[in-house]
Amino acid sequence: MAAIEVEGLERSFDDVLAVRGVDLEVGEGEIYGFLGPNGAGKTTTVRMLTTLLRPTGGRATVAGHDVVAEARQVRASIGVALQEAALDPLMTGRELIRLQATLQGIPGAEGRRRADDLLERVDLAAAADRRVGTYSGGMQRRLDLAAALVHEPRVLFLDEPTTGLDPVSRKTIWEEVQALNDEGTTVFLTTQYLEEADRLADNVGIIDSGRIVAEGTPASLKAEIGHPHIRLQLEQGSIAEAEEICARIGPLLPPVDGSAVLVEVENGAADIPRVVRALDEAGIGVASLELVHPTLDDVFVAKTGYHLEKGEEGAEATP
Amino acid sequence: MSELATNLRVVATLGRRSVRQTFRRPQLLAPIVVFPTLILAIQTGGAGAAVELPGFPPVQSFLQFMLAGAMMQALMLAANSGGIALAVDIEIGFTDRLFAAPISRWSVVLGRLAGTAVLGVAAALWFLAVGLVFGAEIAGGVPGALVAIALTAAAAVAIGGIGASVALRTGRASIVQGLFPLVFVILFLSTAFFPEGLMVEPAQTIARYNPLSFVVEGIREPIVHGIEATELLQAVLAIAGIAAFSLLLSARALRHRLITGG
Repeated sequence: MAAIEVEGLERSFDDVLAVRGVDLEVGEGEIYGFLGPNGAGKTTTVRMLTTLLRPTGGRATVAGHDVVAEARQVRASIGVALQEAALDPLMTGRELIRLQATLQGIPGAEGRRRADDLLERVDLAAAADRRVGTYSGGMQRRLDLAAALVHEPRVLFLDEPTTGLDPVSRKTIWEEVQALNDEGTTVFLTTQYLEEADRLADNVGIIDSGRIVAEGTPASLKAEIGHPHIRLQLEQGSIAEAEEICARIGPLLPPVDGSAVLVEVENGAADIPRVVRALDEAGIGVASLELVHPTLDDVFVAKTGYHLEKGEEGAEATP
Repeated sequence: MSELATNLRVVATLGRRSVRQTFRRPQLLAPIVVFPTLILAIQTGGAGAAVELPGFPPVQSFLQFMLAGAMMQALMLAANSGGIALAVDIEIGFTDRLFAAPISRWSVVLGRLAGTAVLGVAAALWFLAVGLVFGAEIAGGVPGALVAIALTAAAAVAIGGIGASVALRTGRASIVQGLFPLVFVILFLSTAFFPEGLMVEPAQTIARYNPLSFVVEGIREPIVHGIEATELLQAVLAIAGIAAFSLLLSARALRHRLITGG
């Protein structure tokens, strides 16, 4: 049985259709990466699957229960860590986990034991009695994750769990998510980070403007794109002229930052001399050249027509 | 554990959190204790001779008369603070954590109101203690004090429902905070600080029919004269009416929030 089944899921806000007929299936024990830019419909979809928002169309089941008709059973089966760890800064870490245990109907002594175990697991035992407001961003995310695990849920929803975190904290969360999955927990992970999806997800769904535009394993999606591309930084000469020359060799890809030329090449490394020679003959100097194999970003570009860029403050779509 | 037992445990836990939160955030505690105490001190110090006015009801002292008003003010500010805290929970997404749990979503509102009731009890105890220390008599003795405390707690829950409904409907603490001046307007148009007989029109008529006047008199009577069935019954009915109204508003606001997500 699938852990999550979604058919034609829709959600509108007044006249705006935020989610437009999403279909997806997540198998038991899978990590599903839900990838898309801000405003694509990721969080709205997660809020419907976690029963925080009613769909206006379609249907969905989580852990075998309908998200509308059997909302309470769904909530008993899932763990949820939403975007921007929703923590009370005045509570201590230990108080929060114990509260979460109470919310899940776990008896007092057992709740206290699980709180201690989980705080140990996410390396927060020493800070357990400090107020959450004094925690760093990474500590808050780890606490949020621990709170979501207190009742050992079958399905774990993580909505952008590493957005805004430093690389070390991000890696810690990734390791924890992988460990949970190894223990059998199904994970539905929304992210703006391509590397995160590539590294963790068994299957990836790409959502854009409320629609799933691609779905499959990271490897199969990249294979669909097929060809690598050459990324050129110019030393001298106009980019427009270079693009005109490269376009005779292969299709151009949208540039990430406007200072490079990206051209898809059918034969990979074998096409490099041809490109360099053509540019040299036109008097265009090349500062650097890189052969790039398809990534999820290429898949994203192919499916949406723009890049999903990563940055310090999170990802942004660049048309 | 049965579903009812789980929900009751959640209400108690969230009530404890609400009280703890108030004590950990001075800006929530100050309006409940400090403002009403200061107003009590200023009014009893500056207008104590009011008891000599013709038409002022017979009381042992002006402080004794004012205690119910201070308790009423404190419980209304506790109710407003509870609404603000709930709105902050919505703003930071904490209510999503609660709504994503397998509990009755009413438990979230009732937990907040349980905390408001405890703060109402604490405020009542504080003002009764202040009254006793400064020479006010509690005419109804311990039973009278218990009635005053129970009515204060019940009224805090009933009025707290209004703050909760605004919080649920708007999800914005600044809007709930905007109710703060209204607390004083409604209080001054009741018998909290002035006897009805000394008011001028139209305030007198408004105060006569203001449900808060019935609640204030219900709290005041056991302090000033002893437990009286009529005042007690009128206070209980007024609290029940306010509770029915505020919980209906909260139910509608909660339903709207759960359906629309905001």
